[in-house]
Amino acid sequence: MSWYKPADVGLAVRRQLADMGLGARLLLRLLLTSGPTFRRFSLVRDQIHFLGNYSLVIIAVSGLFVGLVFGLQGYYTLQRYGSSEALGLLVTLSLVRELGPVVTALLFAGRAGTSLTAEIGLMKAGEQISVMEMMAVDPIQRVLAPRFWAGVIAMPLLAAVFSSMGVIGGWLVGVVMIGVDSGSFWSQIQGGVDVWQDVGNGIIKSVVFGVAVTFIALLQGYEAQATPEGVAAATTRTVVLASLTVLGLDFILTALMFVI
Amino acid sequence: MQRSKNDVWVGLFVLLGGAAILFLALQSANLLSLNFQKTYAVEAKFDNVGGLKPKAAVRSAGVLVGRVERISFDDKSFQARVTMAMESRYAFPKDSSLKILTSGLLGEQYLGLEPGADEKNLVAGDTITATQSAVVLESLISQFLYSKAADGSATDKPKP
Repeated sequence: MSWYKPADVGLAVRRQLADMGLGARLLLRLLLTSGPTFRRFSLVRDQIHFLGNYSLVIIAVSGLFVGLVFGLQGYYTLQRYGSSEALGLLVTLSLVRELGPVVTALLFAGRAGTSLTAEIGLMKAGEQISVMEMMAVDPIQRVLAPRFWAGVIAMPLLAAVFSSMGVIGGWLVGVVMIGVDSGSFWSQIQGGVDVWQDVGNGIIKSVVFGVAVTFIALLQGYEAQATPEGVAAATTRTVVLASLTVLGLDFILTALMFVI
Repeated sequence: MQRSKNDVWVGLFVLLGGAAILFLALQSANLLSLNFQKTYAVEAKFDNVGGLKPKAAVRSAGVLVGRVERISFDDKSFQARVTMAMESRYAFPKDSSLKILTSGLLGEQYLGLEPGADEKNLVAGDTITATQSAVVLESLISQFLYSKAADGSATDKPKP
């Protein structure tokens, strides 16, 4: 006997394909029901409060510390070449172009994505979703769509907060602690950062990550087995899949945006 | 509308995010200094522009007086044609000269404008002819090597 059976491989491939098709169908329905969702904006607002406001502290503190560490490490390397004034540019460009959107998306997947998956998975386990369907309330429109749009709206704002806090962290280490000249620190940033090329593309990135992370979290919750083990597995899958997707998408987006 | 408490917090969150974007756009990328002042276009021809890029600064006495608008190749004279947008509030004599300079050891390249003594001023469409090309490290080294070799042969000859 070989270690696999052809039938098993076929089943696995088929299951993957079915998952993909299901995901595409759910995404399409989420987008199609966005009209009614925005007419009842209070639902989206409550979800922004839940996803955005509660993630704000961890995002802001992480951003600050990433900026602080970046300031120290960047200064260590740059002062060897006598160009420690470029510290601000180094910190700002890396944050705005890469670290801000990516780390925010990873943190968001851990902080908010898991709670989305668990919430919807438990709603399913408690048969609340089935009850809604019985009452002719579309659970995708009533439950999933507000969460989806809230995630998409919250992510760029959180990424911007992360990057800003990081720049402030770099400034604290560079200018306040080490004593890099404040004027050249800022003028290097202003000379080297482009509004559309760097800041704008960073925001586009974070919107894409917002769509990806929120959608993966919702899909995993919606497709979770309605048991405690099923919800636990779905939550784990959310973090793993969302993180890998963010990193993969980041490579593709960077290759598309910043090719010179 | 119920639950106005949430409204306030969400509003604060959105405001904070907007402020962060604004901070990045204004303080980092310096959107404010995009000047909407009137400019006039002046051309200059260089034998070699080195690493000069569009948007590079044109400075006179260290003060920003304009920016490089575009750099193209002139296939008649085989030179680089640099178009600059000079700020209208500054006027320079017609025989001003341009140099390609580097800020710091590893810094970016910019144009240094040295005013001449002509009575007439530069107007839109003028071409600056007195230019000094960028220093290219390779040609500098080869010059140095040639002069060394010339010295060596000069000192070797009288020996025998």
